[in-house]
Amino acid sequence: MTALLELRDLTARYGASQALFGVRLELSAGEVVALMGRNGMGKSTTVKCICRMLPAQGGLRFDGHDLHALPSHRVARLGIGLVPEGRRCFSDLSVSENLSAATRPGPWTEDSVGQLFPRLAERRGQVARSLSGGEQQMLAIGRALMTNPRLLILDEATEGLAPLVRQEIWDAIARLKRETGLAILIIDKSLKELRQVADRAVILERGRSVWTGPVEAITPELAQHHLGV
Amino acid sequence: MSRETLVNLTMLAGLVLVPLWALWADEPFTITLATRAVILALAAAGLNIALGIGGLVSLGHAVFFGIGGYAMGVLAYHAQTYTPLMEAPVLIEGTKSMPVIWLVALVASALAAFVIGLLSLRTSGVYFIMITLAFGQMLFFFTISWARYGGEDGISIYLRNGFPGLNTLVPIQFYALCLTLLVLTLALTAALMRSPFGLALNAARQVPERVRAVGLDPFRLRLAAFTLSGAITGLAGALFADLNRFVSPSMFSWQLSGEFIVFIIIGGTARLFGPVVGAVLFVALEHWLGGISAYWHIWFGLLLLGIVLFGKGGVIGMIAGRARTHD
Repeated sequence: MTALLELRDLTARYGASQALFGVRLELSAGEVVALMGRNGMGKSTTVKCICRMLPAQGGLRFDGHDLHALPSHRVARLGIGLVPEGRRCFSDLSVSENLSAATRPGPWTEDSVGQLFPRLAERRGQVARSLSGGEQQMLAIGRALMTNPRLLILDEATEGLAPLVRQEIWDAIARLKRETGLAILIIDKSLKELRQVADRAVILERGRSVWTGPVEAITPELAQHHLGV
Repeated sequence: MSRETLVNLTMLAGLVLVPLWALWADEPFTITLATRAVILALAAAGLNIALGIGGLVSLGHAVFFGIGGYAMGVLAYHAQTYTPLMEAPVLIEGTKSMPVIWLVALVASALAAFVIGLLSLRTSGVYFIMITLAFGQMLFFFTISWARYGGEDGISIYLRNGFPGLNTLVPIQFYALCLTLLVLTLALTAALMRSPFGLALNAARQVPERVRAVGLDPFRLRLAAFTLSGAITGLAGALFADLNRFVSPSMFSWQLSGEFIVFIIIGGTARLFGPVVGAVLFVALEHWLGGISAYWHIWFGLLLLGIVLFGKGGVIGMIAGRARTHD
């Protein structure tokens, strides 16, 4: 299968400090890949490079397009929807307005986002800053879906949320995989939940991809060694 | 109906009824004052799109007001002196037709706003304020030295320009024209605020990097808003010049740009009728306090201070409660 997203020996720096030393990652259409690793190993930096929020060197292609040549908004228009770390909704806008501001032509509409997250449908007129953390996270996912992406990137989408809300979000991700065939790149530390939705995993250590394989092949020893769990 | 809508409708009713009362009471000066307030409100309503929705604090919006004014002044001057504006390569004559003058004012100020925006919107914060101020000063000094059109003395127009089917020399008819343009602009602004463009512009003011992540370019959004904003302020400039039948470099002054910002702050930033309330209060206080003391700006300054310190939503915010944004 041809890769939708392809990273080859990706390197990146924050000023004088090198953060990525060679990340390799391939993701095909309809595939769910987990990008894993301990804190500070380069997961979010890799996402920033993919979305062109941080300059990088090395191979970086999406659907045959060289992403190095594009500004971040053009990358999003190619079909990469990002749910960023820390949610960051448009706090002064309502749920409905947050979704409308991001809308691009495609199957995802305010109604279909409402079906995925019924809580959002109930709070359409509510201002984003007055939502709970979990609802803001759902809104951030809904907003990314409204861009009608071919690849959805979820950066720590369940971090800091109550167990019940986390489960709601994992259920929604599973439903996205099952019903839409959307390619998803997930950054998360919850190995148990990732085993249920991810097809493959890529483990980063000190800015390098050190292990790639089916998620069920992650043994307790491997998890202990690379992930500390 | 929300309290803000009620305030807006009351304001609109006042803008209709007060001049009608002045007509009945044979008080033409009151109609002229109301016309001045409506035109200044239109200029500030233009700025409100850039400042209120987009968060762009432009201290150079008088540039577009001045360009609109000079569009009227130059075209009317050539019409009244029967001299062509340009002979080669094509003959361009002056005109006394308001619709043509408005069109020229809109296009010229939109073009200027596009070019100024293209350069200044690459900066933000205090640098953006300084660059817009610099453009304002450049145009101000250019018109002072523009001897062909009166330099520092400006241009006087003998007769107000015409509009088909109306006698624009009759104050109430000219007022009705200005009020119609203001209402159309407010309707456009209201539609813009609810449109995906307006929402994205608002979002770009809050979190620009997130707007990029959903495939939108904050720079283009701001440039479009700045261009539209400049065009509306330019139209107001053409009307203001027609009201006074006079244009001068003072229409480009940075103090005027500051006054537009003050109107918005007094009325309520990003409030639909904020610029209207601010402009009406300004003109009313200028007239009444100005009759009492030459130093009326001191009292106006105190009012502004009070609103900034104790009523961040402006006058509308104090009456209708806080808005979701800015307050």
